[in-house]
Amino acid sequence: MNWVWFHKLASPPTAYAFARALRPWLFWPAALMMIWASYAGLFVVPPDYQQQDAFRIIFVHVPAASLSLLVYSMMAIAAGIGLIWRMKLAHAVAAACVLPGAVFTVLALATGAIWGKPMWGAWWAWDPRLTTELILLFMYLGYMALRASFDDIGRADRASAVLALVGLVNIPIIKYSVVWWNSLHQGQTLSLFGKSAIDPSMVTPLLVMLLAFLMFFGALLCDGLCAQILRRERNAQWLLKQVQ
Amino acid sequence: MTPRRRRMLFVGLILLAVSSAAAFLLTALNGNVQYNIVPSDVFAGKAPKDRTFRLGGMVEQGSVKREPGSLQIQFDITDYAHEVTVRYSGVLPDLFREGQGVVVRGKLVKATNDMKDGQRLMIAEEVLAKHDENYMPPNVAESLKKTHDTRRMQETAVTSQPPVNN
Repeated sequence: MNWVWFHKLASPPTAYAFARALRPWLFWPAALMMIWASYAGLFVVPPDYQQQDAFRIIFVHVPAASLSLLVYSMMAIAAGIGLIWRMKLAHAVAAACVLPGAVFTVLALATGAIWGKPMWGAWWAWDPRLTTELILLFMYLGYMALRASFDDIGRADRASAVLALVGLVNIPIIKYSVVWWNSLHQGQTLSLFGKSAIDPSMVTPLLVMLLAFLMFFGALLCDGLCAQILRRERNAQWLLKQVQ
Repeated sequence: MTPRRRRMLFVGLILLAVSSAAAFLLTALNGNVQYNIVPSDVFAGKAPKDRTFRLGGMVEQGSVKREPGSLQIQFDITDYAHEVTVRYSGVLPDLFREGQGVVVRGKLVKATNDMKDGQRLMIAEEVLAKHDENYMPPNVAESLKKTHDTRRMQETAVTSQPPVNN
């Protein structure tokens, strides 16, 4: 296989130009889809037979929670690639993942609490799913703190990559917590390869919102990556030429 | 061994070590990670004595008795094999109703005289309502009910959880 394109993309100047060019193509469709899916989720979709209108928070809760897991997996894989192949750009991608990932986790926990109070009767419960998701937030925060504690960016990359890989074990535990144990949290609604447990009349805004969150994350990743490259390459000739 | 190979091995070993540690930990904790136990566990003697714990199951159809003029309520929790009677005084979540999955936190106490032989009684401090992952409009739920599917659906909501195996 010819990997030239990959090595080219992994060079900071190409990656910088690529990320800047890609960003608007992710951001604006994501914004439009979010607006449509919010409108459809709030006003078009019929209320749930049990939870009435309270279930509508699912259109934010599920995409945020899915992304919190996905972003962490991506961060750990990028960190692993950076560690094995000594690829600085992979470390930069991992570093750019952490802030959006932490925000999605906070959003999932907050919307979960807002949903839990009227339906379950509690803001919080030490349920396996909720507890493991809270641990995920601490993994993100720990990653940030570890990264911030090194002056040398190369050492920060390597140390935080190990932490990211260690935390990866939590991801399948979060995903299967509702299957392995009795829990207060309900099972998974959306299914990639099977019938989803949500009525077809309600599922479209949920899928659109999920795609919108994905693309929005892509735009945030482009921004974060550009910021990382600017910081790491601040003395490089190509960057000086671009700025001048 | 090339340096890259060595780093690959290093990453592989991290993943292996952490996942086996997690697997041992979770196997050891299995019983304690359960958010709740079910009435059958209570009858199998697996419920803690003199200590609060969480009990989960369905609110038995027709078992809810409210005391007029107070928040006092009594109902049976069932896992379709055994029932435990629960007494509670306080505000209930919106989803609480007969046939709904609930998780109550409380302590087992001696059955009172007005109860049947062998019946178990729990005084609850907290009642949480569960809901399952099925979402549908009211008219769809209505037509499912007509085809007697709702009952089966609600049953799977309780039994879809794995049995407690300590």
